[in-house]
Amino acid sequence: MKRLLNIRPGAGGRFVLGAAPVLVALAAYAIASQAQHDANPAEKILPTFQAMARQAGVMALQVDPQTGTIPLWQDTAASLMRLGTGLAIATASSLLLGLALGLLPILRGTFGPFVAAVSVVPPIAILPILFITFGLGETAKVLLIVLGVAPVMIRDLAGFTAALPSEQIIKAQTLGASTWQVALRVALPQVMPRLIESLRLSLGPAFVFLISAEAIASDVGLGYRVFLVRRYLAMDIILPYVAWIALLAVLFDLVLSQISRRAYPWAHPAAGR
Amino acid sequence: MTAPSLLYFRDVAVQYGDRIVLEQVSLAVEQGAFVSVVGPSGAGKSTFLRLILGQEAPSRGVIHLEGEPLAAEPDRHRGVVFQRYSVFPHLSALDNVVFGLDCAGAPLTGRLRGPRRAAAAEEATALLARVGLSHALDLYPAQLSGGMQQRLAIAQALIMKPRILLLDEPFGALDPGVRKDMHGLITELWREHGLTIVMVTHDLKEAFTLGTRVLAFDKPRHFDDGGRAYGSTIVYDFPLDKGAPPVDPATLATLKDRLDPDQA
Repeated sequence: MKRLLNIRPGAGGRFVLGAAPVLVALAAYAIASQAQHDANPAEKILPTFQAMARQAGVMALQVDPQTGTIPLWQDTAASLMRLGTGLAIATASSLLLGLALGLLPILRGTFGPFVAAVSVVPPIAILPILFITFGLGETAKVLLIVLGVAPVMIRDLAGFTAALPSEQIIKAQTLGASTWQVALRVALPQVMPRLIESLRLSLGPAFVFLISAEAIASDVGLGYRVFLVRRYLAMDIILPYVAWIALLAVLFDLVLSQISRRAYPWAHPAAGR
Repeated sequence: MTAPSLLYFRDVAVQYGDRIVLEQVSLAVEQGAFVSVVGPSGAGKSTFLRLILGQEAPSRGVIHLEGEPLAAEPDRHRGVVFQRYSVFPHLSALDNVVFGLDCAGAPLTGRLRGPRRAAAAEEATALLARVGLSHALDLYPAQLSGGMQQRLAIAQALIMKPRILLLDEPFGALDPGVRKDMHGLITELWREHGLTIVMVTHDLKEAFTLGTRVLAFDKPRHFDDGGRAYGSTIVYDFPLDKGAPPVDPATLATLKDRLDPDQA
């Protein structure tokens, strides 16, 4: 008999093993919600799948007469706009600052401690400041995402850049490369896969900041809707929304990982062969 | 006055705080020499190489390259091949070799285009063929064996036609058979290109097989102070050119004993 730690599932086995907990959880929920529904049809805490599907259909397909738009799509568009803008700013600034801090000791000495200090401030604690300073509009929400994820990404990329083998940096210089050329041709391309990895890891926190900001001050958005319908205990709307948010996050994660594999095959040697 | 030596050290010392690594290093290396540098671990071989490279500055003394004070940072006149991490993992073999030409010809974009790129690629391809990598132009370093990666690193350095080529235990991580092939290759390239080479190695046989001159670094004095107050220096300097006196076997045995006491 093999040791437990040496037993490896095959491809099919892995699929079955991975799907099992999901199926068990869904089945358990279905049984529990049906039992609740049979005992009390007005029960709201554990809505049945049928009830959730009905409400999801209403939110995703029917025009809300008050606003003249379809709520799910309007919320999604608003939230993704904020998320995308925030992440784009965070990604661009972390790439720029991460490379600069990682490559240039002068800048590392100047801004390293500052970035380190900023990155330990809990972003949610700054949210009131942002709302006071920038009002309740889009700027404060986008800034919360930027301030929430950028410092961590900057530190990660600066550390990664500084950890590039010094032999490579020296070698580039012996081939005549200037500081700019080392940054452009040696550091930047090697940092890109790490940037994508860092962005993938930041998706979770970014959603947290997005939904927090929307919950507190907003009139549209996924987080706004979830916290709005909470007042009516509308679990049949909240749960499909949560599932939709999770699906979006998984989708972005998959797309980013595919981009990295396609664009930087040398960074994924196991997948390339 | 005769032409200055290619590389010239006068009373060079390197000191970190109160720890002296190298002291009283004086040396003249002539154009076309193949200098092997040996010595026990911690004897300052790598520090010596970093000094020539400009990666480190001497605490005292003077270093000249072709009669001029040595630039205090690495540049294209001093090529280098390290034991590892010498090539860029994100570039194909061809792009690794073109890299130096890219930097020289395209200061802003770092990448040649059009006919200049084609000319550079042709030059790089010829050099890669010379080191036996014509079948691997489009492969990434991770797809090459250790020996092939070192061939690539050598071609990459040679395309800049450096005045001096520094090798830091370049064959230390290779299998014995591959190492032997590499010895043949580097000797051929040294002759064909009229290179001046300084190679650090911990393999005494390799040092004497390849070099026209062997420098041995060690601490010359006793260790009654834990070796702190005294640095290493060149304790032996064997010329191996034609007409040079034969190496004294007793000295060689002493050296062997210092280098790997286990095998003596």
